[in-house]
Amino acid sequence: MHIAVVLKQVPDLVEELEIDSGGKDIDRSFVKMKLNEFDDHALEQAVLLKESGGAKVTAVAIATEGIDQVLYAAKARGADAAMKVEAGEGVLDSRRAASAIAETIKQLAPDLVLTGVQAADDLFGQTGPYLAAVLGWPHVSVVSGVELGGGTVRVHQEYSGGRTAMLEVDLPAVIGVQAAPQPPRYVPVSKLRQAMASGALDSTSGAPASAPAGVAVAGLAKPESGRGAEMLSGAAGEVADRIAALLAERGLARG
Amino acid sequence: MGNVLVYIETADGQIAPISFELLGAARKLAGALGGEVEALVAGEAGAAQLGGADTLIQVQHPLLTPYVPEAHVAVLADAVRTRNPQVVLVGNTSVGIDLAAGTAAATGRPLVSYCLGLEVEGGAVVARSQLYGGKIVATTKTEAPAVFAVVAGSFPEAAGRSGGKGQRVDVDPPAALSALRMRFVSSAAPGGEGVDITKAERLVSVGRGIGGPENIELAQELAKALGAEIGASRPVCDSGWLPKARQVGKSGMTVKPKLYFAVGISGAPEHLEGMRDSELIVAVNSDANAPIFKVAHFGTTCDLFDLLPALTERLKAKAG
Ligand SMILES: Cc1cc2nc3c(=O)[nH]c(=O)nc-3n(C[C@H](O)[C@H](O)[C@H](O)COP(=O)(O)OP(=O)(O)OC[C@H]3O[C@@H](n4cnc5c(N)ncnc54)[C@H](O)[C@@H]3O)c2cc1C
Ligand SMILES: Nc1ncnc2c1ncn2[C@@H]1O[C@H](COP(=O)(O)O)[C@@H](O)[C@H]1O
Repeated sequence: MHIAVVLKQVPDLVEELEIDSGGKDIDRSFVKMKLNEFDDHALEQAVLLKESGGAKVTAVAIATEGIDQVLYAAKARGADAAMKVEAGEGVLDSRRAASAIAETIKQLAPDLVLTGVQAADDLFGQTGPYLAAVLGWPHVSVVSGVELGGGTVRVHQEYSGGRTAMLEVDLPAVIGVQAAPQPPRYVPVSKLRQAMASGALDSTSGAPASAPAGVAVAGLAKPESGRGAEMLSGAAGEVADRIAALLAERGLARG
Repeated sequence: MGNVLVYIETADGQIAPISFELLGAARKLAGALGGEVEALVAGEAGAAQLGGADTLIQVQHPLLTPYVPEAHVAVLADAVRTRNPQVVLVGNTSVGIDLAAGTAAATGRPLVSYCLGLEVEGGAVVARSQLYGGKIVATTKTEAPAVFAVVAGSFPEAAGRSGGKGQRVDVDPPAALSALRMRFVSSAAPGGEGVDITKAERLVSVGRGIGGPENIELAQELAKALGAEIGASRPVCDSGWLPKARQVGKSGMTVKPKLYFAVGISGAPEHLEGMRDSELIVAVNSDANAPIFKVAHFGTTCDLFDLLPALTERLKAKAG
């Protein structure tokens, strides 16, 4: 069993985001990047499968600034190999990213590909499905929990209202992971150092074959404010007084 | 002709509210494109309720119920190929993620997700979409034909409940249904643990800002003082700090309590989807730009670690 996990860095949403002077992208010069949290779960899921059933795990990522650290961390977490896809300069839209990744996946020929369910930094949320379409493999999104069978996987798909279903999917397949059955583990610095000392990362070149997504960004803006909350300012004690009072007025303080 | 095709989402045989939102949005788009509104029902659904469509396309097959993503993508992609609508609308819901992207990929059409607003401009569709957890709104222009995934709560449902011609056509299922590479095994209802947060009149809902499981108690104390149940955002449940049955949002529960008290929750679109219709929303978040303040009625940027104990104390004092 060979599992490939596709990883991507996204801006840390805890930071303030600014729009650049062109107005069509965020200002990327000072944003702090971090591994997309759903990719973190996908990696955890892969490592859990390796631990329970014996599998080889390869972490795959498009080469971008800072990606080496992500791939070393993946190795420290339990990935057996790491593959950097050199797809040229610039930010790729997700269809082109999927097409570049597909070339690498064809070379690696894994049984299972795990991606994060979505990333909050693009307009599409289609990398996994598009990757599956290019490969001609089945795809399931919004998955929390993957179990290996012989030639199949069983996945838990989540729906609104808290309902879930278990689906059996033939391999090879692409699965979009929402959450691993347990929170992503912490990497001790010593393990990270070990991974970094254990040699260079593998890389392939994979120029995207696909045409651009066909969607033109006209502009970015911050959501209009003003329609929002009445803000209560002051020290915590004063604000607590006001909230207690407004809840009491509405009969919501106790009962 | 510039027809607009809507995928009708159902849950337990009921038409999901998003489907009516989409039919209403489709009516406006079809008007601007000089076309009609088509609704695709894959499997069972109350056709009588779909008066918002001009044409109801019904595809029946045993493998369409219960829902299997590949089967529904096959049916939607087949309808898109044969009927060639200029605009395809899908909810940006859990099932919509598979469907919108799967259909766009299968038919080679562009996809724009997370849409809040759609407008026709010449032969193109101008969409407003949420990005970066709701912190940025992007405006895009896409030449039709294309697929759009629309965030729940963006359009009024009422506009999609009537106004169509209500013709019905039965369409044969696509051949692809006999070669599916995935199968339904079993399903599970929500819950466990005996709580049903959708029934609670008051909710104190905890986000990642709470910092760790050791601090949940602060929110529990407040909930006790308020006579409220505890809810949570997805990461809090994924981290195992609170049980999954308490999750509010797209992949959790949809709640509409009299009071929703959000603590350390940023207000990502997927969370807002599950609580935006609450009667009174109070949010505590130290980031003044957090999107939760867009839906909250009252907000404060006080640190939750200062505010929660202070508020709990006052509420207890009031109760005597
Ligand atoms: C397909 C899909 C389905 C999803 N379904 C759901 C769902 O059902 N429910 C859901 O909730 N999410 C869901 N998500 C995840 C969603 O996108 C967000 O990641 C999530 O809602 C963020 O949770 P949060 O607000 O608790 O955490 P964060 O976004 O990390 O926000 C934490 C907030 O706490 C504030 N804070 C930190 N410290 C303090 C302090 N001391 N005092 C006050 N405030 C503080 C910060 O300013 C920040 O705004 C889904 C995502 C996808 C892709
Ligand atoms: N540029 C990229 N490089 C590597 N992986 C990606 C890239 N874009 C998307 N992915 C993967 O696809 C998932 C879904 O992303 P998206 O389609 O951007 O919402 C991510 O969580 C990653 O696992």
